[in-house]
Amino acid sequence: VSTPNVIMPFGNTHNKLKMNYSAEQEYPDLSQHNNHMAKVLTPEMYANLRDKETSSGFTLDDVIQTGVDNPGHPFIMTVGCVAGDEETYEVFKDLLDPVIEDRHGGYKPSDKHKTDLNPDNLQGGDDLDPNYVLSSRVRTGRSIRGFCLPPHCSRGERRAIENLSIESLDALDGDLKGKYYALKNMTEEEQQQLIDDHFLFDKPVSPLLLASGMARDWPDGRGIWHNDNKTFLVWVNEEDHLRVISMQKGGNMREVFNRFCTGLTKIESLFKERGHEFMWNEHLGYVLTCPSNLGTGLRAGVHVKLPNLSKHEKFGEILKRLRLQKRGTGGVDTAAVGGVFDISNADRLGFSEVELVQMVVDGVNLLVDMEKRLEAGESIDDMMPEQK
Amino acid sequence: MRRCLLFTRKLIDKTLQKLGEIPEKKHDGVRIAAMAKNCHNDYKMKFSLDDEFPDLSQHNNHMAKALTKEIYGKLRGKSTPSGFTLDDIIQTGVDNPGHPFIMTVGCVAGDEESYEVFKDLLDPVISDRHGGYKPTDKHRTDLNFENLKGGDDLDPNYVLSSRVRTGRSIKGFTLPPHNSRGERRGIEKLSIEALSSLEGEFKGKYYPLDGMTDAEQEQLIADHFLFDKPVSPLLTCAGMARDWPDARGIWHNENKTFLVWVNEEDHLRVISMQKGGNMKEVFRRFCVGLQKIEEIFKKHNHGFMWNEHLGYILTCPSNLGTGLRGGVHVKLPKLSTHAKFEEILTRLRLQKRGTGGVDTASVGGVFDISNADRLGSSEVEQVQLVVDGVKLMIEMEKKLEKGESIDGMIPAQK
Repeated sequence: VSTPNVIMPFGNTHNKLKMNYSAEQEYPDLSQHNNHMAKVLTPEMYANLRDKETSSGFTLDDVIQTGVDNPGHPFIMTVGCVAGDEETYEVFKDLLDPVIEDRHGGYKPSDKHKTDLNPDNLQGGDDLDPNYVLSSRVRTGRSIRGFCLPPHCSRGERRAIENLSIESLDALDGDLKGKYYALKNMTEEEQQQLIDDHFLFDKPVSPLLLASGMARDWPDGRGIWHNDNKTFLVWVNEEDHLRVISMQKGGNMREVFNRFCTGLTKIESLFKERGHEFMWNEHLGYVLTCPSNLGTGLRAGVHVKLPNLSKHEKFGEILKRLRLQKRGTGGVDTAAVGGVFDISNADRLGFSEVELVQMVVDGVNLLVDMEKRLEAGESIDDMMPEQK
Repeated sequence: MRRCLLFTRKLIDKTLQKLGEIPEKKHDGVRIAAMAKNCHNDYKMKFSLDDEFPDLSQHNNHMAKALTKEIYGKLRGKSTPSGFTLDDIIQTGVDNPGHPFIMTVGCVAGDEESYEVFKDLLDPVISDRHGGYKPTDKHRTDLNFENLKGGDDLDPNYVLSSRVRTGRSIKGFTLPPHNSRGERRGIEKLSIEALSSLEGEFKGKYYPLDGMTDAEQEQLIADHFLFDKPVSPLLTCAGMARDWPDARGIWHNENKTFLVWVNEEDHLRVISMQKGGNMKEVFRRFCVGLQKIEEIFKKHNHGFMWNEHLGYILTCPSNLGTGLRGGVHVKLPKLSTHAKFEEILTRLRLQKRGTGGVDTASVGGVFDISNADRLGSSEVEQVQLVVDGVKLMIEMEKKLEKGESIDGMIPAQK
């Protein structure tokens, strides 16, 4: 059994004596900070919200602790705040609405979000060039209504979520039939193999996650379920209650998305059979721990070889116009290795699942065409896409 | 059960009195923080004891040894007036099953009341950690340096440096695992005021961590003056690193022989140190400086947390009593490889650490040797043990250098 030797700062932000101090005395020092929370949280806002809490007891200081403790990130603009339960997005809307708007391209409090998990609506996507596209993957998160979210849930809640998940997932069959591996019982070898296969979530080392309290009691109540083919996986109790992942080698994104939608819909009905639905509303779509994952919670991407294109001066611009983002092949906190990039949709909220995967499919097709042109020593100037 | 509820209700009433009328009602559908709850996560009380009890099967720390399901069941619904709960107390011990070098405590206090409200857990932990110290025992405080015998002539060929440290908590504030930014800043402000008024050999300056350059900080760490950036999971899991580096800093006198850390693991850590083996001088400066500081805080109506059972109240139960660690960096390359080294240390009531502090290993045969006890003996008594014990160990080292045996020198259990 692994003994995590990691940093786990944990928020004890429910101190009652703090109301004896003025808002000014309690307001965090954000002068060195560059994250969405720090951009938005004014002293006035802090004063208005600091005495509020959700019914489960999540406070403003709980929401923002991770952003106070982590001023910035070298590669990405971080969010700097988390939800502790479904109500957080309501009780602290004065803070979270502007954060959401800034993060999700101007999404307004009155906007409605579209959910579309019908894989037949995707066009093409079964023939991304496997000489360039090494693997394809779609993931999302789901929260189970009635429980607090990972920054705030108790051991009892976490274990209940785990039990519910095991029950539901055990009922899957066909090519989705699989098995649950509790983190507690996994050997070091099993764990390392799963990490190498890109199946298992990291042991929590990112201070972004740790400072919000979601690593408490590790590895209690955490685990991974996957089907026999290792093409469909569910992470239990990491950053969200559930993370659902469909993946395979090569460029058949269509098949990956098909399995993703089918599996997800089956899981949702299995949970419903047991009296538990997913957190969802028509404004925010699927409700997740990090405001950046609201809406679809979907990140669809490929590992693709773009050694020439990635060095082109317009690479960043092209990605932007295609509404795509790049990451290293180790995930969000890593850099690219050997010209291989993780290319995925940048959006989560305000577009449906089908729309986002379509952007990835179309965009990656174009990027691969560009790469081939550059290989042949030709220009790509006439291929520049419009802003999507 | 009824007594627990009654006790808890009394605490709630006391809290409401302290804070004035705060309505516990919904306002526009949003609940105003009622300040009268027992747990941070209200939902957890819906789950059974078994569902909430932590898995301690892989654990080896004092908390894990003491915390039975029964105790957990009894205490899980309680909180101190400031809102510190049982889960807050034990989180660090749940998240850190064990430590390679030392038996960790695995629990912390969030305020002075923690030691009372959660005595069912903390008394057994204290007893186990502090050599059988009983709930009825009384602790002696003696900060009169003149009561120390000798200590001014530890052999500087072996003793590289001498140091005495302790901690102090300021009444009226919660402790580092729990305090808010406002409290922490309040503590810093008070500390700066108090320390700025020191004079003579104690005249010095405050350096907030926030304003320090990386170079200044590295220098202070290299000089063994500055506390580490919080990386130890033992500390961070308890929540004491929140909002870092806000309101943290170090004050030291011009000679760099007297230092105060503000808002690290305790409100204050007070340190007296110098090169060489004159522990007597180090202890003199320690006592004089500490008492001067205490006077000033008292004048501001913020004395130190202390009671006649637990002595000085600090964040970690291991530091109760004197909170004192008096030690030297001493060269013992031969003695440290002797089969009886550990036994000798145990009998002298001393402990060894690496020269980087509690989480390190020794380098080049140089050890940090200090008193093992904190509670149940006075400051003078503990420093005396260090002085006498180190003297003996140096004599043993010299014998071993000459190839002679030390069998006749093994001390009796102190």
